[in-house]
Amino acid sequence: MEIVLNPLLNGFVYGMLLFMLASGLTLIFSMMGVLNFAHAGIYMIGAYVAFDMSRLIGFWAALIVAPLVCAAIGAGIEVWGLRRTHHNGHIAELLFTFGLFFIIERGVQMVWGMLPVPYRVPALLDFPLFRLYGVDFPAYRAFMLLIAGGMLLAIRLLLTRTRVGLIIQASLTHPQMVSSLGHNVPRVFTLVFAGGCYLAGLAGVIGGNYQVTEPAMAASLGPIVFVVVVFGGLGSLSGCFVSSIVIGMVQTFAVSIDGSLADLLGPIVAWIGTDNLAGEILSIPVSRVGPLLPYAMMVGILMFRPRGLMGTRDT
Amino acid sequence: MADHANILAVRDLHAYYGKSHILQGVALDVNEGEIVSLLGRNGVGRSTTCKAIMGLVEAHGDVTFRGRSVTGMRTDLISRAGIGYVPEDRQVFPTLTVRQNLELGLRRSGIFGRWNFDDVFRLFPNLQQRQNNPAGVLSGGEQQMLTICRTLMGDPDLILIDEPTEGLAPRMVEQVGVLLAEIAKRGIAILLVEQKLTIALKISHRLYVMGHGRIVFEGTPADLDADTSVQREWLEV
Ligand SMILES: Nc1ncnc2c1ncn2[C@@H]1O[C@H](COP(=O)(O)OP(=O)(O)OP(=O)(O)O)[C@@H](O)[C@H]1O
Ligand SMILES: [Mg+2]
Repeated sequence: MEIVLNPLLNGFVYGMLLFMLASGLTLIFSMMGVLNFAHAGIYMIGAYVAFDMSRLIGFWAALIVAPLVCAAIGAGIEVWGLRRTHHNGHIAELLFTFGLFFIIERGVQMVWGMLPVPYRVPALLDFPLFRLYGVDFPAYRAFMLLIAGGMLLAIRLLLTRTRVGLIIQASLTHPQMVSSLGHNVPRVFTLVFAGGCYLAGLAGVIGGNYQVTEPAMAASLGPIVFVVVVFGGLGSLSGCFVSSIVIGMVQTFAVSIDGSLADLLGPIVAWIGTDNLAGEILSIPVSRVGPLLPYAMMVGILMFRPRGLMGTRDT
Repeated sequence: MADHANILAVRDLHAYYGKSHILQGVALDVNEGEIVSLLGRNGVGRSTTCKAIMGLVEAHGDVTFRGRSVTGMRTDLISRAGIGYVPEDRQVFPTLTVRQNLELGLRRSGIFGRWNFDDVFRLFPNLQQRQNNPAGVLSGGEQQMLTICRTLMGDPDLILIDEPTEGLAPRMVEQVGVLLAEIAKRGIAILLVEQKLTIALKISHRLYVMGHGRIVFEGTPADLDADTSVQREWLEV
């Protein structure tokens, strides 16, 4: 039981964190067709800004302000950057956000240096909530779940209960029709882009001290978020949610399993022997293959089910 | 109808898709409360004309609505100026309910003009029954009614309707005819794009025939009915 339950909880927390990043990215991608490479960069900004702010004005104020800073940056990127490049097609937009990512990453490194910064969990939440099979479950993780769950609920309500939400949903599939009905679609795009960046920033604020706030944090998380988006399917927030949790679990479980396929298939491997290729592959520990799994899932889904888990159209 | 004021004037409209010159100087007029049809074969540029008027494709020339130039304006502002548009591929919002689709036709929530939910549901009881179903599951005919009604909710003074009868069963075609008559009765001008003469001859005050990116005929239904050479050369009869 203990080898399942703890990774299960951690996988869920990590999955929720992924969802906060991926939900914004999915909305942006589905609506504008822009695969925003800079998205993880915003996550990074969220974490670093929160680190600075929590020393100045405290963690709780940072929790409010840092995501707003990210939203403002996002709005700026959309209005002054993407709208211009949009006329030159998706490739131009893609390259634009690609460049932006590196500007952000290098910029952060210039300002905060090449070493991890000591961004810590606030003292108020720095205690074990409960013990599970001899492992502490930190209160901060429960807090992350609370924030992420709250955000999930807020997005749902916003999208399904408000007029703006309906306009966003309609723009996901038929932006031209929406503007023909008299709605300002470019403004909706800005709003969604800023909202997505708000969520990414918030994920940075609560994830930066859960993981480590360091110069490579965006580069290591970014690709995973893409996997989540593609795996979940375009235009589907539910797909994105399921896929976030699945990928979160896969990553967490994979690193916590020490064994290899060979342990499972003992007799067969004994028969094949470990001195040939097949035997060697089978005896690689799962924890070493783990990091590769999400990408294998993405490649697989692109080949066999290009619309993703619950997508409304092909990637 | 000639004594009615002009509501839409299109002059020397040009549009390109890449290098192909699709609209080559289109000119047409619609007067207040008038039903005008724009006819022509496949691919002559009728839909592109509508899109150009709505600012959905880049175009050069002059589009004047109620005496004000709307050329180069943003689509939502053109729409808010009072032009409604129903595209040929219908474009219902499939994940939203029938009622939510209509709701998005409103310029502002809760503000109604000549059309409200009751009008729509009285005309199409089917839509009322299915008002809480996702619009994506409606039949083709129901979707067509929904898109027209959705645009009407915004209370336009002029509505551009692109091939509303395409692919519909005869009974549904009749319903479209009834709806168009109802729209005209409320004083809304209609620019109707059609391929066949069926309803166009019956309900239009004036008709234009388009061929290869320009207007090749203009006249009344009687004029067109008599002109077999235009029919033979530019229309499918
Ligand atoms: N997005 C596009 N890119 C390139 N060419 C296009 C595009 N849309 C239309 N065309 C071309 O422009 C021409 C005019 O198209 P348009 O849709 O206006 O025709 P139409 O008169 O509405 O006919 P129909 O609706 O029967 O196709 C056609 O030759 C069509 O192939
Ligand atoms: Mg057409």
